[in-house]
Amino acid sequence: MFSPHTTKQREEMLKAIGVSSVEELTAQVPAELLNPAYNLPPALTEQELVEHVTRLSAKNTPLACFAGAGAYDHYIPSAIRHIVQRGEFLTAYTPYQAEASQGMLQAIYEFQSSICALFEMDAANASMYEGATALAEAVNAAVRITGRKKILLTGALHPEYKATLKTYFGVTGAAVFADIPCAGGQMDMAALDSMLGGDTAAVVLATPNFYGVIEDAQAVSDKAHSCGALLVATVNPVSLGVLAAPGSYGADIAVAEGQGLGNPMSAGGPYLGIFACKKEHMRHMPGRICGLTKDHNGRRGFVLTLQAREQHIRRERAASNICSNEALCALSATIHLALLGPAGLKEAAELCVEKAHRLAALLSAAPGFSVKYSGPYFNEFVLECPVPAEKVRSRLLKKGILAGVPLGNFDKSMKNCLLVCATEKRTDEEMRQFAAELGRFSK
Amino acid sequence: MTTAMNCKPAELKTEPMILSIERSAAGRRGIRFPRPEKHAGAYLPERFLRKTPPRLPELSEFETVRHYTGLSRRNYCLDTHFYPLGSCTMKYNPRVNEDMAALPGFANVHPYAPEAAMQGTLGFYYGMEQLLCEITGLGAFTLAPAAGAHGEFTGILVAAAYHRSRKDRARTEIVVADSSHGTNPASAAMGGFSVVTVKSKPNGRVDLGALKAALGPKTAMVMLTVPNTVGLFESEILEISRSAHDAGALFYMDGANFNAVMGIAKPAQFGVDIMHLNLHKSFSTPHGGGGPGSGPVGVVRELEKFLPVPRVVCENGAYKIKTGRPGSIGRVRSFLGNTGVVLKGYCYLRMHDGGTLRSIAENSIINANYVRVKLKDLFPCAYDEHCMHECVLTTVPERLNGIKTLDVAKRLLDYGFYAPTIYFPLIVHEALMIEPTETETRETLDAFIGAMRAIAAEALADPALVKNAPEGLPVNRLDEVGAARNPDVRWR
Repeated sequence: MFSPHTTKQREEMLKAIGVSSVEELTAQVPAELLNPAYNLPPALTEQELVEHVTRLSAKNTPLACFAGAGAYDHYIPSAIRHIVQRGEFLTAYTPYQAEASQGMLQAIYEFQSSICALFEMDAANASMYEGATALAEAVNAAVRITGRKKILLTGALHPEYKATLKTYFGVTGAAVFADIPCAGGQMDMAALDSMLGGDTAAVVLATPNFYGVIEDAQAVSDKAHSCGALLVATVNPVSLGVLAAPGSYGADIAVAEGQGLGNPMSAGGPYLGIFACKKEHMRHMPGRICGLTKDHNGRRGFVLTLQAREQHIRRERAASNICSNEALCALSATIHLALLGPAGLKEAAELCVEKAHRLAALLSAAPGFSVKYSGPYFNEFVLECPVPAEKVRSRLLKKGILAGVPLGNFDKSMKNCLLVCATEKRTDEEMRQFAAELGRFSK
Repeated sequence: MTTAMNCKPAELKTEPMILSIERSAAGRRGIRFPRPEKHAGAYLPERFLRKTPPRLPELSEFETVRHYTGLSRRNYCLDTHFYPLGSCTMKYNPRVNEDMAALPGFANVHPYAPEAAMQGTLGFYYGMEQLLCEITGLGAFTLAPAAGAHGEFTGILVAAAYHRSRKDRARTEIVVADSSHGTNPASAAMGGFSVVTVKSKPNGRVDLGALKAALGPKTAMVMLTVPNTVGLFESEILEISRSAHDAGALFYMDGANFNAVMGIAKPAQFGVDIMHLNLHKSFSTPHGGGGPGSGPVGVVRELEKFLPVPRVVCENGAYKIKTGRPGSIGRVRSFLGNTGVVLKGYCYLRMHDGGTLRSIAENSIINANYVRVKLKDLFPCAYDEHCMHECVLTTVPERLNGIKTLDVAKRLLDYGFYAPTIYFPLIVHEALMIEPTETETRETLDAFIGAMRAIAAEALADPALVKNAPEGLPVNRLDEVGAARNPDVRWR
């Protein structure tokens, strides 16, 4: 369907090649393997495809989204999609020929710069797959940097991030993990004290954590560093519009899921892994990095740099196997941050804080419902329900509301807990409706 | 000579490279939100709050659009330039796929929406797995991996889990060819295996004797790139897979460049146990300047239980997400996968059937051979025989006044073409790896061939011209050594 050759052209080209049929060209494939039968549905025309796929999309229910847990329904300014969909960005490849790729390279440099500014870190790479794999790469880097293997994980780490770490390191044992218990939805500092030691490579902190609670990052950082361990922080980049940045409390490596910066939720991907670090760890940073340099006439230009750590050069001795990243999602984030600027990002973040707190007040006014943890929170919180959270979510679904994420799916002891999120997109009316439904529920 | 359809971006030469931050003016805004009633300090303890605002650009919306549109014009891309980048499969990206992935019904779905509220998304997930099984002949696919290398790593963990399940702990080695993609050995090492590299023969194929000698009770898996990175089919593939199996090892196919195979052969019949595909190559999803991709992994039925979670299954006509599966290697990332990319690949496959898939492979093979034959007198083939979807040519500096492959690549940019992949595979001296793909016209190929021949003539007449290329782009050759020595990776 997308091949342009006419029958006549094909024949002329075969003749130019010096063969009489295409079979001569495929003769290097053993004959018994050639020409299998395919049981595929009929090829659709473009119009038929649009009808088919549009019908499929209608099988997804539109919902007012109060779910977070690592994927957030933020407003995406229109201009982003229009720029990102330009063929010059959309259909380019990894910028291997720098002179013909200055646009993408500069955009990557601006991405790295904006991330460094937002995170208050010295260096960032051109992106990773998503948040969980970015954290796995951070653990890998921490092990290399410290020469130690033991990683202390916050007990309030996203369960899917924890599962990903287990998959990445479970077989090799290159890193070994221990969970720091939680007390009241926050890291138990006494437990951290007792677990830290000279063998600790890094403490992995999440703030806000999986339960939405903001941790005392400075205290965790001080404790980790007193043992020579690194602090690896995983954060919500949108929260950094109001919350202290990882660099300000001494994080050595900071990672994040960057979806909330201008990328749609899209049922889980493509998302954007963010990886930033202190200057001294830059050569341990995996993935692509863009650097500013000059051409032979002294003009400013950009290249991919520090490539000696990469798989295409070092093969099995590479720092990581990552090759493709999420460049287009990083471009969306770059444009998002440029459109919002420091003031817009702060406004969006403050709206999240305000709406989440207003929502918490409304929901906990319903009989039997309460906010479970007393710690400070940014845009989401755990709602303790008088009945299984699954039931609450099912009831609200009928009203077009996705009430949150039932935590029983991750931890059976939390079957009555609903992780509820409010971004700047949620309206007062949606929040009131949500609360009104809860009021009816407990009767 | 015609220079294809491209305009040389010479007019961009005079524009200085301005960063977005340098266009900023304090207080300028690109978008506004409603004002919150109270500041964050009213809700949160002061010590957790940010003290200084981040130094981000402060632009109007119009300036933002103009700035990034300006950047886009400094970029060669598939839509504007022929992009013969070997092994990268820069074929046309149908625009309807973009429209479909952007449908609000798909884009606005939260990954933890209940299954009943995302039947459309789960429907194409399930459908895509079935389609990939049919075209490869394999028993099951996972769509979780975010890229080809991520798929390789997943496949390597599946192999490890398989041997562990058989209590066979002695298998610590993975055998790869010296012509393999660099990610193969890197992924194997990440999975805890030591890498045994087997040399290729002068005809570009794996040395079967050396391979057999490398196999043994320590071999967990043989990884083979098919077609291989010199653009050839491993014609002894059945013997290779048999040897791997005889040694008790699994056989892995790196199917990153599947467009030369789909429609003409099914990997399961090669004896493949595990393989990955790159949706952003063979299945026409755009590369986006480096990603997002998607690297589905297929396995034979016997290995299905080891695939990562979550899996999408169909029970009584309803799609479900299964997470707790005994035997699974676990999660390789958060959430489902690069859903939007999977959808684009699904759209592409639904527009094809067995016959049109076959024409993809045939036309990609015809195009590569056409370029090879028309250039081999000036740029000799590394392996002088019919190739698959790509050909590896070489530059012979002794015949071209000392001009090297890098110089040819840079000069091609001046002619309005992106450069081929250069100096890869590592085993070919002065390699130029050209992959035209099936979507390019003969007219474009003729223009490219004309440019290559013109560069060879320039090398003889005026070598400095080629050595100093590119001259018509926003920048000349860049100081890469300086960039690595004193990295400047963010604005100050």
